[in-house]
Amino acid sequence: MAFEEDLDLSSEIHNIRSESFNHFEKIGFPNRKNESWKYTSLEEILKRDYSIFPKKESIIELKQVKKYFLYDLDTYKIVFIDGIYSPFLSDTTHDGLDVCLLSAALNKVKYKKIIKKYFNKTANKEDSLTSLNTSFTKEGAYIYIPKSVVTEKPIQIIHFASGNEGNLLLQPRNLIIIENNANAQIIERHQSLVSHQVFTNSVTEVFINSNANLEYYKIQNDLSDASLIDNTYISQEENSNSRVHTFSFGGKLTRNNLNFFQKGKNTESTMKGITIIGEKQHVDHHTLVRHAYPNCQSHQDYKGIYSDRSIGVFNGKILVDAIAQKTNAFQQNNNILLDNNATINTKPQLEIFADDVKCSHGCTIGQLDKEALFYLKSRGITEKDSKALLTYAFANNVLESVRIQAVKKRIKSLIAKKLGVNLVHDL
Amino acid sequence: MLIINNLHASVDGKQILKGINLEVNSGEIHAIMGPNGSGKSTFSYVLAGNEDYEIDKGEMFLEDVDLSELDSVSRAHLGIFLSFQYPVEIPGITVTNFIKTMINSNRKAKGLKDMQAGKMLKKIRDKANLLGIDSRFLSRSLNEGFSGGEKKRNEIFQMAMLEPKLAVLDETDSGLDIDALKIVANGVNKLKSDKNAVIVITHYQRLLEYIIPDFVHVMLDGQIVKSGDKKLAYKIESEGYDWIKKEL
Repeated sequence: MAFEEDLDLSSEIHNIRSESFNHFEKIGFPNRKNESWKYTSLEEILKRDYSIFPKKESIIELKQVKKYFLYDLDTYKIVFIDGIYSPFLSDTTHDGLDVCLLSAALNKVKYKKIIKKYFNKTANKEDSLTSLNTSFTKEGAYIYIPKSVVTEKPIQIIHFASGNEGNLLLQPRNLIIIENNANAQIIERHQSLVSHQVFTNSVTEVFINSNANLEYYKIQNDLSDASLIDNTYISQEENSNSRVHTFSFGGKLTRNNLNFFQKGKNTESTMKGITIIGEKQHVDHHTLVRHAYPNCQSHQDYKGIYSDRSIGVFNGKILVDAIAQKTNAFQQNNNILLDNNATINTKPQLEIFADDVKCSHGCTIGQLDKEALFYLKSRGITEKDSKALLTYAFANNVLESVRIQAVKKRIKSLIAKKLGVNLVHDL
Repeated sequence: MLIINNLHASVDGKQILKGINLEVNSGEIHAIMGPNGSGKSTFSYVLAGNEDYEIDKGEMFLEDVDLSELDSVSRAHLGIFLSFQYPVEIPGITVTNFIKTMINSNRKAKGLKDMQAGKMLKKIRDKANLLGIDSRFLSRSLNEGFSGGEKKRNEIFQMAMLEPKLAVLDETDSGLDIDALKIVANGVNKLKSDKNAVIVITHYQRLLEYIIPDFVHVMLDGQIVKSGDKKLAYKIESEGYDWIKKEL
C-alpha cells in the first residue's frame, strides 16, 4: 500500500515537472530583450554544454572543506557534493523538526500532505529558470519547523562542486516551512573546490506561517568560474518576520532573484546585501516585495563596492496593492565605484495602488568621501589603507542587523580580506 | 622646529594665504587668532597637507625636512598632527579600531612591528582616563552622532595616542562647555613637553586662559600682521581687531 501511495505522489510531482518542462521549452532561457535581464546576459554561460547529473560520487575529506563551514558554531548541516547528498559531511535531524533531504520528502508517504500543500506553490511558474529547476527537481534541502519550535541551532546548507565533473549544471531545490510561532536561522553557501565551470540554478521556496520568524544568510564567495542563479521565493503569513542577508563577494556571474510575498497583515520583510566585486565579476540583485495586506513593512538596504571592470545591477521592485494601507516600504541602494571601468545599474521600481502608505527609496553612486580620506591620511594611515578602511566602513554598516555572531565575524573577515584591510582586532 | 617662509596658498584658484612667516621652536605654544575668513583654517590644512590646497610660493620645514615634497601621510609620520575643526563622521569604524589602525600605521612607517594588544589597550585606557573618556565611547562609530564636545575630545584623544611633535589645534574650543574645555586643555598641557610644540588656532581668548601661549599671532587676510605675548590675546578679546587694521 505504501508503495502505491509512493507511486501516486511521484506521479503528482511528475506532472508538475513535465508541465514546467513544457513551459520552459516554450519560453527558453531569458535574454537581454527581456526587461528584467537587460543588464545581465547568460549568453556566455550557456555557450557550454553541461552535464546535469554527475557521473560519479566524489568523496571529500572534512579537513579539505572545513573552512567553508561555520565550524565554531553548533549547527545542523545539509551538505551536497556535485548535487549529491553527502551523509558524511552532513548533520541532519528528525528530532522535533525535520532537517533533511527534499528527495526523501518527495518520496515518503509521511510528507505527502506537506509536499502537496507547499511544493511549487510560491515559486513563479512563469519564470524560465525557475521552471527549468522545477522540471529537474530531484534534490535539495527540506526543512520543516513544527509549530512553536524554537530552533536553537542554525542550519547550514552547503553545495560543494568538487571539480571532478567537467562543466556541471546544478539545480538544487530547497523547501523550507516554518510553522506558526516557530523560528529558523539558515546559512546557505555554494562553493567550488577547484576552479571549473559550474552553473548553479537554485530554487528555494520558503513558507513562514503566522508569528514565525526566519533569518537567512546567503554567503556567495565562490571561485571565479562559478556562476549562480539564486531564485528565492518567500511567502509570509501575518505577524511573521523574515530577514535575508546576501553577501556577494565571489563568482563569475551571480543573479539573485529574491521575492517576498506578504500574505497577512503586520508582516515584516527585510533584505540586506553587501556586494564587493572586482575583475570581470557580475552581480545582479533583483528584489521583489509584494505588499498585499495592511500594516506591513519592508526594509531593503543594499551596498555595493565595484572595482576593475566589474558590473553590478540592483533592481528593487515594490508592489503595494490597493488594500495594503499603512504599508511602510523603505529601499536604499548605495554604491561605490573604485574604478572608472566599473559599472552599476540601479533602478527602483515602485508600483503603489494604496493611498495611505510610506514608501521611500534612494540610490547613490559615488566615490569615497574626499574629506574622510584626508582625515584618515592626516593620521598617518596610508592612502591605500585609508581607502580600504573607508570602503570597509561603508560595507560594515549593513552587518549591524546580523544576529548570529559567528556569521558576522566571518563576513567581516571576508570583507576585510576582500578589501585588503588588516582589522584582526575587530574580527 | 617649524619654519615657514613667505607661504602663499590657494584653493580653487582663490588665493588665501598671502605670505605667512612663522617660526615655532620646541617647547613653545603659539596661538593664532583672527576673524572669520582670515585664512586660519586654510593654514592648518596646508600645514597638514590637504591636497585641495595649492602652495603657490614659499617654503615649510619641520626639523629641516621640506614639507612641500610630502603628502599628508608622510607629514603625519614626521610628527604633524591636526586637530580638526570639523572632525569627519565615519560610521562603520569604531573609535578603538581607528586608534589601533592609526597607531600601527605610524609604527609601520618607522619600521616597528604592531603594538602588542595588551600594551595598546593599556595606552588607550590611560589616555582615555586622562581626557575623561568613558570606555563605552571607544566602541562607538568614529565621530558618528558625537556631540561637538565629544568630537573635540576625541581629536585630543588621538593626539594623546600619537604624541606628535607639532600639534595644530584648529578651533578646538568651539563646541566645548567650560568643563569640557578645562579637561581638554588639561590634557594638552599634560602632553606638552620641551620636545614638542603646539599651535592653537582660535577665535577667542577663552581657551588661552587654560593653554597659556608663549606667543600670540594675529592673522588678517592671509598674513600674520602682528605678534606678541598673551597680553595681545586679552587686548583682542576686549577691543577686537579694528585697532590692528588701523595700524597697518
